[in-house]
Amino acid sequence: MNFIIPALVFAAIGLLAGVLLTVCSKVFEVKTDERIDKVNEVLPQVNCGSCGFSGCAAYAEAIVKNGVATNLCNPGGSEVAKKVAEVMGVTAMETVPKIAVVRCSGDCNARSENKFEFDGVQSCKAAKRFYNGQSACAYGCLGYGDCIRECTHDAISIVDGVAKIDRSKCGGCGLCAKACPNQLIVVHDITNRVDVLCSSQDIGKNTRTACKNGCIGCKKCEKTCPFGAITVENNLARIDYSKCKNCGKCVAGCPTHAIHRCDGIVMVEKPAAPKPAATAEAPAPKPEVKAEAAPEAKAEAKTEETK
Amino acid sequence: MRSLLVILLSAMLVDNFVLSKFMGICAFLGVSKKLDSAVGMGAAVTFVMACAALATYPIYTLILIPLGLEYLKTVAFILVIALFVQIVEMFLKKAVPPLYKALGVYLPLITTNCAVLGVTILNIDNSYNLGQSVVNAVGAGLGFSLALIIFSGVRQRVNAADTPAMFKGVPATLIAASIVSVSFMGFSGMFS
Repeated sequence: MNFIIPALVFAAIGLLAGVLLTVCSKVFEVKTDERIDKVNEVLPQVNCGSCGFSGCAAYAEAIVKNGVATNLCNPGGSEVAKKVAEVMGVTAMETVPKIAVVRCSGDCNARSENKFEFDGVQSCKAAKRFYNGQSACAYGCLGYGDCIRECTHDAISIVDGVAKIDRSKCGGCGLCAKACPNQLIVVHDITNRVDVLCSSQDIGKNTRTACKNGCIGCKKCEKTCPFGAITVENNLARIDYSKCKNCGKCVAGCPTHAIHRCDGIVMVEKPAAPKPAATAEAPAPKPEVKAEAAPEAKAEAKTEETK
Repeated sequence: MRSLLVILLSAMLVDNFVLSKFMGICAFLGVSKKLDSAVGMGAAVTFVMACAALATYPIYTLILIPLGLEYLKTVAFILVIALFVQIVEMFLKKAVPPLYKALGVYLPLITTNCAVLGVTILNIDNSYNLGQSVVNAVGAGLGFSLALIIFSGVRQRVNAADTPAMFKGVPATLIAASIVSVSFMGFSGMFS
């Protein structure tokens, strides 16, 4: 019967502690808004941070407490935005789905011979540390798939040595963008259908010797674009999506085919329609543009000579 | 009075729980990233230690010894410590939510922080009376805070320094901790 007394003693101590805790929990009660938990349940719990908050729970709290917009969740898209709006009792906001784009098109057919053979740890980060990787281009896709390991949607694969994103699977969360040591992956609105798929900031000649598909910074697209949306900076063309109208003239005009239409695989509405329209339009203005561009180029060359 | 001061200072410096006795290393490494959270954690641990010492002494002398249950002191003490940790947690959640978030998982982990249990058991082993126990606990808590605060400063410098890649992060932190620990050896033998 020796065990009864200790058991009773400990039960008594435990009971006392329990009573004390109950009293304390009443005294120190914190009222939390139950909508926070509800919103948090609706969110996809990927914790990717692409909404700009540190995780799904933090975003849920921001929605309820600070009235942050309900449509910031990229992996969730319009479906989650609708559910969140339902919980919050507001009308659902329009969402533009986001999608990731790999800004490199230097596959093994386009790229020059490797500088050396890398047989270290098979990861982009390791390869990058070792003389910027084996590839002739220091800016391009390293091809070891660090992004694939991050992707929660199984949307990335390495095709001919360059990461390719399956647009039907991509949720636009941007985890892959964080994983890429060359910062090749960007996440932008799915409505942006044209992009310069090169990230090389080398001068044109060096880019060209390293890779046939690279942007050589010739500024032809700058002149071709009717909306002034393209600028070449650091030997690299970049598109300002606030001005771009997806006309595709730059795609046709690019001498190295560095500018691509990204919507080749899957588009939400009218998958085939924009493509022929672009190619049909493109040849017509091409000669005009050339005629315009040529004198300008000559004039520039002259002014440089006189200097 | 003099003996209490000796107990306080020796618990703080000579027998510093983190740097001389190597107890509570988990919280020491986990929360010393920032000065704010280090101060908060130090205060929380000091409070829990003092309360635990205050509560465990009567439990041991008035309940466990008369019933001959000294062998169950570990269980009883952990029960008491867990109680106070819960109270501190509720208090912080209500009064200082940012600190509550900054401490995160380390706050409930005070329950299993061996430094707290260590203080209560050392009080018994050294056969301190109630006053001495509480002073010893407060000294240990202050020593823990001191170690945390000193180390948070060291750690900010270490993180800012240009360390070789293989030492970055945890290795550099552990080496820095060992050097800080060595510096506390300077106090050894001061009050004995």
